[in-house]
Amino acid sequence: MRKLIGIILLIVVAWGIFTSLQNIPFGVPKSKVGKYYNEQGQEQTGASNIVTSVVVQYRSFDTLGEVTVHFLAAIGLGAVLATLKRKDKREVEKASLILTTGCRFLFPLILLFGAYIFIHGHLTPGGGFQGGAVIASAFLLVYLGCHGRRVNEFGLTLAESLGGLTFIILGLIGLVVGGHYFLSNYLPKGELNMLFSAGVIPIIYIAIGFKVGAELSRIIDRLMEESR
Amino acid sequence: MIIIISLLVLLMLVSAIAAFIFKDLISAVIASCLVSLIAAVLFYFLQAPDVAMAEASIGAALITAVFIIAIKRTERYEE
Repeated sequence: MRKLIGIILLIVVAWGIFTSLQNIPFGVPKSKVGKYYNEQGQEQTGASNIVTSVVVQYRSFDTLGEVTVHFLAAIGLGAVLATLKRKDKREVEKASLILTTGCRFLFPLILLFGAYIFIHGHLTPGGGFQGGAVIASAFLLVYLGCHGRRVNEFGLTLAESLGGLTFIILGLIGLVVGGHYFLSNYLPKGELNMLFSAGVIPIIYIAIGFKVGAELSRIIDRLMEESR
Repeated sequence: MIIIISLLVLLMLVSAIAAFIFKDLISAVIASCLVSLIAAVLFYFLQAPDVAMAEASIGAALITAVFIIAIKRTERYEE
């Protein structure tokens, strides 16, 4: 009986999705704002990656909300895990030499790649959020491969706070100096496709990269310490 | 090109169903990790490299780790 109801529900939902999507042509741009960004984005913001110019310039206030959501999620997880009682520590089998050496060899390379992604956020695909996630996965590799190594708590807090503060202060300066909206671009835009271009966008993305990387690393740190 | 994409979508479907069926939760998590990984490749083919990067690093690496840590603290087998 339950399976029958499930199948009927599935058919109803599939039918609903199919009929609502039927009339929308696939792959045809319909909205005017997307076309506007594609045509004017490079000129107005100086960033050759249109996605970045939308995330950090046109929709920068949304990005502030997104960063706040990250922050709240990290705090909530920390609060939940802090109430749990610490189990007695189990004996962990020592990792082999090959695994430990491999992790220690790969860790700086992954860090470098993450930093590359968020420093070049205005030129190539990617940005602060992706670069931060890549950096957090480097820390995850160390936690999995080299037992006993932990990331510096103070350094994480410092990176996270500095990243958030830089973002908000630059945004407020933009509100005062540049125009009448949050994070308006008041630095010189420079030449298109160069590393030092696009005004505040690279600075903001470096700040976001540090912040997201520190937050995700802290989440991994809490979880791994709790499960050990 | 269309053949590669169809094969990838088929593989994604199979691994999604496998994640649903497996009683061993670690295997189910690995299968759902495969879904994320193929989704990242598909995003790249559909010319969305930004989303592909986020999907590969968050969906395939971090989410899998979080799930495996949760399974380690609870039970490995369903029922």
